[in-house]
Amino acid sequence: MIIGLDVGGTHTDAVLIGHEGIEKEVKVPTDETQLFQTVTAGLEEVTAGVDPKMIRRVVLSTTLAANLIVQRKLPPVGMIVAGGPGIDPELFCINDCYYAVKGAMDHRGRELAAIDEDQIRQIAEELQKSGVRYAGVATKFSVHNPEHENQIADILAPYFERVFIGHQLSGNLNFPRRITTTYLNAAVYPVHKEFFEAVKQSLLQKGLDVPIRILKPDGGNMSFDSSVDHPAMTILSGPSASVMGALAYAPKSGVTLVLDIGGTTTDMAILIDGVPLLAPQGIEIGPYKTLIRALRTQSMGVGGDSVVRLVDGGLTVGPERQGRALAFGGPVVTPTDAFCVLGLMAGGDRNRAVEGLTPIAEALNLSLEKAALAIFDQACAQIMAGAREMIDRINSKPVYTVHELWEGSAIKPRHIMVLGGPAPQFAERLATHFDGSVSVVPHWQVANALGCALARTTSEVTLFADTAQQVAVASGEHLTREISNRFTLDDARELALQLLREKAVRRGANPDYLDLEVIEAYQFNMIRGFHTIGKNIRIRAQVKPGLIQGYDPVSGKLQREDL
Amino acid sequence: MLRAKNKTGLVFFPAFDWAISPTHPEREERLLYTQDQVFEEGLLDIEGIFEYKPDLVTVKDVQRVHFCIPDPWAVMTESHFISAGGAKTIGMAVMDGKVDRGFALVRPPGHHANRVVHGARGFCNVNIEAIMIEYLRRAYGVDRVAIVDTDCHHGDGTQDIYWHDPDTLFISIHQDGRTLYPGSGFLNENGGPNAVGSTINIPLPPHTSDEGFLYTIKEMVLPILQDFKPQLIINSAGQDNHYSDPITNMNFSARGYAQLTDLLQADIAVLEGGYSIEGALPYVNTGIILAMAGLDYNHLVEPDYDEERYRQTSETTRYIEQTGVRVLKNWQQRRRLAEEMRVQPQCSHRSRRIFYDTDNIYEVQSETIRVCEECAGALRIETSSDKRGNALAVHIPRKACHTCKEQGYQWYESAKLDLFERIHLQDRPEDKYLVRQRNSA
Repeated sequence: MIIGLDVGGTHTDAVLIGHEGIEKEVKVPTDETQLFQTVTAGLEEVTAGVDPKMIRRVVLSTTLAANLIVQRKLPPVGMIVAGGPGIDPELFCINDCYYAVKGAMDHRGRELAAIDEDQIRQIAEELQKSGVRYAGVATKFSVHNPEHENQIADILAPYFERVFIGHQLSGNLNFPRRITTTYLNAAVYPVHKEFFEAVKQSLLQKGLDVPIRILKPDGGNMSFDSSVDHPAMTILSGPSASVMGALAYAPKSGVTLVLDIGGTTTDMAILIDGVPLLAPQGIEIGPYKTLIRALRTQSMGVGGDSVVRLVDGGLTVGPERQGRALAFGGPVVTPTDAFCVLGLMAGGDRNRAVEGLTPIAEALNLSLEKAALAIFDQACAQIMAGAREMIDRINSKPVYTVHELWEGSAIKPRHIMVLGGPAPQFAERLATHFDGSVSVVPHWQVANALGCALARTTSEVTLFADTAQQVAVASGEHLTREISNRFTLDDARELALQLLREKAVRRGANPDYLDLEVIEAYQFNMIRGFHTIGKNIRIRAQVKPGLIQGYDPVSGKLQREDL
Repeated sequence: MLRAKNKTGLVFFPAFDWAISPTHPEREERLLYTQDQVFEEGLLDIEGIFEYKPDLVTVKDVQRVHFCIPDPWAVMTESHFISAGGAKTIGMAVMDGKVDRGFALVRPPGHHANRVVHGARGFCNVNIEAIMIEYLRRAYGVDRVAIVDTDCHHGDGTQDIYWHDPDTLFISIHQDGRTLYPGSGFLNENGGPNAVGSTINIPLPPHTSDEGFLYTIKEMVLPILQDFKPQLIINSAGQDNHYSDPITNMNFSARGYAQLTDLLQADIAVLEGGYSIEGALPYVNTGIILAMAGLDYNHLVEPDYDEERYRQTSETTRYIEQTGVRVLKNWQQRRRLAEEMRVQPQCSHRSRRIFYDTDNIYEVQSETIRVCEECAGALRIETSSDKRGNALAVHIPRKACHTCKEQGYQWYESAKLDLFERIHLQDRPEDKYLVRQRNSA
C-alpha cells in the first residue's frame, strides 16, 4: 500500500491505496506554523489501525519550501557567480552574500578568462568567519562547460557544510535563473533536510521503515535521498498533485482542461493526449524566476469561499477570500452561499445564506434563486475566462522553426475535469458555459492525495554535443565526455536516453517501466568559411510525467506485488 | 531585479530549419549562438521585455509593396512569410501601444529586395521592412516614416522601393560601394524627381570604427531626422559592420552598435545582414536589445575586442567629416536639386540591368515616372528576366492625385498582352492589386 499526503492551504489530505483500491482517506486542518505536526497528524490518522508491514511507500507533497521562500525565512547563503560578456552579473544580485568573481566562458563554453583561486578562497574564509554554512556557485554558460563551477565548488567545499552547483540543477540556458535556482536550493536545504529526517524518524517510531518520496512540481516524485541534492525541487508541488490525481481518469487523446476548484482559488492545468503540459522555463515564486521544472499551471482567485460583490450593477467573484461562507459562519456572501440557497449543498445555515443574498437579489431585481444562479454563473464565467487566457498564452508561445510555425495548430480543450471541494456543483454548471464535455474527477475531494501517491518518478536530461570541439556535455549528469568527430544525432539521442535511464533509476524509478521520450533534438552544421567543421547537437529527454505502473483506474485498484 | 526602462517587444525567429543552401551564410546555424546568448542572459525574463510569436504576412501585404514575377509563390518560401510577419508583428505591437519600441530578430533578411522581384538578390527575396511599413500605413494611417539602414551593404532594395516617395526618408549608411556589394549607394543617389532628397546615402570608407559610425549618426542622421519629423523611425539593423564579419571590412563593435541604437532611438528595429555568427551576432544582438530596453550595456565587450587595433585612422576621420559636409549640403539644397531635375517634361525615364546574385537571374527594367507636383507620381515599369519572363508593372502611389490615378489605369488598361505575359497594377489608394494575363484575357 502507498500513502499519498498533500498539504494544502486549508486542509491536508491523505489517502492509503492498495490492492483493494482506496483503503482510507482523511482530511486534517493545515497549520502552516506547525507543518511537522500537520504532516504527522495526517500520517497518524491515515495509518491508524493499519498493519505497518503492509505499507511500502510514503509520498509527500508539502508547502514547506514554498513557505520558507514566501515568508523570507531563508538562512544566509554565500553566492559565488562568474559572468562574462553581456549583462553585468552584479545586476543579478540576489542576496546579501553575493560575489561576482573573475572567470568567463563564451557561448560555446570556451574559456575567456580563468578564475582566480585566491579571490575565491578569500571570500570563502570571510563567509566562514561570519558563520555562513551554505554556498551556491553559478557561472555563465556552465551548462556548456561546467569547468569553472566545478573548480570554484572544489575550493569552497572545505569551508561550508554544503555547496550547490548551478549546472547540476538544470541543463537549461538562463544564467539569472541558474543563480536563483542555485540560491534557493542552498537556502532551503537545511530546513528541508531536517524536516524530512524528522518525518522519517516519526514514521520509524510507528514501525514504518519505508522509503519516503517527495512530489515535485513537474508531477513526478523523487526519493528523499535525491531530494537532499535538489531540495528546491519540492517547491509548489501542490498543483501537480491535483493534476496527477485527475490523470488516471483523463481522456487518452485530445486536449483536457483540469480545474482544481478550492475554497480560495482555482488552479488550472492542461493535458494533451493524457500527458500534462510543462511550463516553458520553470517555477516562478515570489520575486524568484527559476529553472525548476514544473507543470504548466495557473491559479486564479475564484473559489467556493471567494467574496461576492455588486459593482456598478454587476456581480464579481473574488479574487480574495475573507474566511468561510456566511452559511458556515463567515463574514461575506460567497458562491458557497449561493449553493446553499439553491439547495446544492448539505450542511450550512441556509437562513444566513438567504439573508446575505437578499440585498443582492433586490439590487439585481431578481428572485433569490435567480440571484444565486447569477452568482454561480459569474464564478463559472470568470473561471472560463481565466482558462481562455491561459490557453491563448499557450497558443502564442513563440516557436523557432518554420515547420513548427507553419504546421503548429492551436490547442482547444474538448473536455474539462473538475476536482476540489465544490467540484460536483461546479461541474454541472460549467457544462453550460463550455461547448465540450465536463466531468468530475473520481474521489474529487482527495484526488490530490491520490495523485501524490500514484505519481511516477520523473527526471530530465539535457545534452549538448559539439563535434568540432569533440565534446559532449550533460552538465546535470556530471558528464563531460570526449566524442569522435563522427558523433551523430542518433548517437546523441542514445547517450541522452542512457543518461536519463540511469538518472531516473537513481531517483527511484522502476527500471522495468520507464516511459522515456526525446522532447527536443536539434542538429546544426557548423560552417566556417565554406567548410563544415562539425555539428552542434542539442537533445532534451524526459521521463513523461504519468502514473506508476499497476494502477487500474477502472477498478481503482493498485495491482503491484511490490507495493 | 532588472526592469526595462522602455517597454520593448521582441520577435525572435531564427528559422532553425531553413537555409538558402547548406553552406550559405544565410543558413540554419546563423542565429544559434545569438539564441544561446539571449537565453543565457535571461533577456526574455526581464520585466518590460515581451516576446511575441510572429504572424504570417498575407499575399496582399506583399503585393502592397512588390510586383512578384510571375507571382508571390514563385519567389517566396514559408520562411519569408514568417520573417516579414515578424516585422509586422513588432510594428503592430508598437502601434497598438503594447510596447514603446520593438526589435524583429528574424531571418531571412530583406533590404536588397526591390519593388519588382524575380528572385533572391543579396540573400533577400522580399523587403520585410517595406512590407511592414506599408501595412502600418494602411492599418494605422501612419504617413511620414524614416528608415535608417545600418547594414554594411547599401540597402539598394529599400532605396528602390522608396525612390519616388517623398514621405519616406531612406538613409543608408554602408561601406563604400566601390569596395563592396552591391556597388551602389553613392552621395549623388538622392531619390527620383518627385522625391529628391528623401533618399540619402552615406558611404563610409573601409575600416571605419565606432568613432566614425557614431559621428555619422550624431552629425548627419540625427539633424536630418529632426528636420524630416517622421512619425516612425525604422532601423534596418544589419550587423555586418562588425570587425569580425567575414564578408565586409569595417571595424564596428558590439558596444558601438548599442550606442548607435541608443542615439537613434528607433521605434522599430529589424535584423538585416551580419554573418559573423559566433564573434559578432550574439553580442551585437544582445547590445541592441539592452539599448532598446534602456538597460546598461557597458559590460558587453566581445572577448577579442581590442580598441586600439580597431581604431580608425585620422585620414578616415577626415574623410567621414568631408562626407558629412556633402550629405548635409545635399539635404539642405534638396528643393533646388528637385527643381533642376524637374525641368524635364512630364515623364522621367530610367533603364537598368539588375543582377540577382543569389538566384543568378538577369533582369532588365525600363521605368517611367510621371513628374508630379501633387503626389509621388504614377510609375510604370517594364521588366523582363532570363528566368521568369516579362511583365508590365504599374504603381499608383498611396496619396495619388487624380491625374496620376488616371495615368496609372490608362497604362494598365491600354497595355497589350501580346507584348507582356502579365500586366500588374498596384492601386494603393484603393489597396487593390490587379493582374491581366494572357490565358485569362
